[in-house]
Amino acid sequence: MDHVSVWLGAFLTLGILSFLYKDNPWYKLCEAIFVGASAGYWVIVLWWDNLVGKFYEGVGDDPALWVGMILGVLMLVRLIPKVGWISRWPLAFIVGATSGFWMMNYLGSNIIEQVGATIMPLLSTQVGAGFDAGVWMILSRLVVFVGTFTGLVYFFFSKEHKGAFGTTARVGIFFIMITFGASFGYTVMSRMSLLIGRIDFILGDWLGLIN
Amino acid sequence: MSTRAKELVALLAIVVLAVIAYIRKVGGAGPIEFSSTMSVVVICLIALSLLWILVLTIKGRLIGRRVVFIYVGVAVSLPLFMSLTQKVSPSPEVIQLYDAITELPEGSKVLISFDYDPPSAPELQPMAESIIRLCMQRDLKVIMMGLWPQGPQQANLAVEKVFEDTAITNKGLKYGVDYVNLGFQTGNEFVIQRMGSSFESMFSTDYEGTPYQELPLVRNVKNFSNIDYSVNLSAGFPGTVEWVQVAVDRYGVQLGAGNTAVQAPQMYVYLDAGQLKGLVGGMSGASEFEDLAEYHGKGTKYMLSQSFAHVVVIAFILIGNVAFFLGGRKSALKGQEP
Repeated sequence: MDHVSVWLGAFLTLGILSFLYKDNPWYKLCEAIFVGASAGYWVIVLWWDNLVGKFYEGVGDDPALWVGMILGVLMLVRLIPKVGWISRWPLAFIVGATSGFWMMNYLGSNIIEQVGATIMPLLSTQVGAGFDAGVWMILSRLVVFVGTFTGLVYFFFSKEHKGAFGTTARVGIFFIMITFGASFGYTVMSRMSLLIGRIDFILGDWLGLIN
Repeated sequence: MSTRAKELVALLAIVVLAVIAYIRKVGGAGPIEFSSTMSVVVICLIALSLLWILVLTIKGRLIGRRVVFIYVGVAVSLPLFMSLTQKVSPSPEVIQLYDAITELPEGSKVLISFDYDPPSAPELQPMAESIIRLCMQRDLKVIMMGLWPQGPQQANLAVEKVFEDTAITNKGLKYGVDYVNLGFQTGNEFVIQRMGSSFESMFSTDYEGTPYQELPLVRNVKNFSNIDYSVNLSAGFPGTVEWVQVAVDRYGVQLGAGNTAVQAPQMYVYLDAGQLKGLVGGMSGASEFEDLAEYHGKGTKYMLSQSFAHVVVIAFILIGNVAFFLGGRKSALKGQEP
């Protein structure tokens, strides 16, 4: 079985990589298998973990799950045109509950905490610590302040980007471009890692050429 | 010979070579390893060929995209045969995660959430292995779980790998007492929310189906307040962002994160704000952590390929720019011609 699975893995890996040469039937086959297997996998996961695990088996422990079940069924009445409007109720519940949950999360973690981390004392390591910050810390905080300020100025479109305002916005573009560059660099590293993983499989697990 | 015939011959050659290599492997032949001298020669040859491509570009002969693919493939593959190792310097965020684990007293409980699947394993599995190994080495209790369906399987693979080390095996660690895999739970960030009040409500059994109360390690773990440190290994949603927003900011969990390189830049804001206590980003982060933990696994092994590939990519960016500017200049000159 090991032999079959490793050859199958190699066949599919090389099939996907063959697209680099040109689009071909081998690639199409592997792509179709990948899409089909992924869809099948998720159907099974959702069936056993959500419907069977959460509802069929779990409803006895937690009667609140009935609410979810009823809302879920109501969502499906969209298929019946005469009463399709009822499906808006569960949809409204989902939109309201999800936005409420996320609003609180983002407000706390991504706005308040981040604003707090941006407005730091320039010459102190923390509030009330005296003048104990090193040169690099001072520089780092200046960069954060200038980057945040100029970046925000760039996204302020109510005033024409001219003169001092335009220069500030241009500095903001530099910070944004550096950020994009860092993200791109990390993305290249990530994609290379995936390729290395596959090459390691081909040369190691399949062909036994490397350790 | 027609193009189709050439393609078939190339395919046949690949199959024949693969079969020969496979027979060699089944026959018990060992791996191939380049000596240091051979490795240096190979590196020099690649560098020279890149220079040659640069010269060709300057002369106006442009190469096709397939040549770039071949070079990237070669840059990734050849270092796997080399005996060279790359020196890494651990970054402050990786040191922070390492320190957070090593400063925990013996017997502390570490929760590791495996929120990734096999496609992200080349980056995250080395982190998982070295973090679990470090925890076990320092007699910390490891509780594993996953918000991704394949996460707990990755956890089991990591534990299997760690147990290949006799130093860990000799400790006589017992499942359910020293480490446990609680398995996958559907519900994304809401699982974290519910774990804030009760772990058992989300994981009534472990991965193998053993009831929560029959697992000595977690029997008395009610919620996050009984966890000393948490690590989230994440490749997307749900992942570190959700753990920070719910577990850290609502329940005060001490959290470190291991992320794919794509995700890592987004996490630095949480690190700087003190919401994350340590961050290991991508394969380079994994190799840095392995260096600190004195365990040279796949992160270290892959790093040479990673660096080679980056050098090749940078070289082709330079060559591409040369082609672009020379092409532009020629076009401009052509435009001036009467």
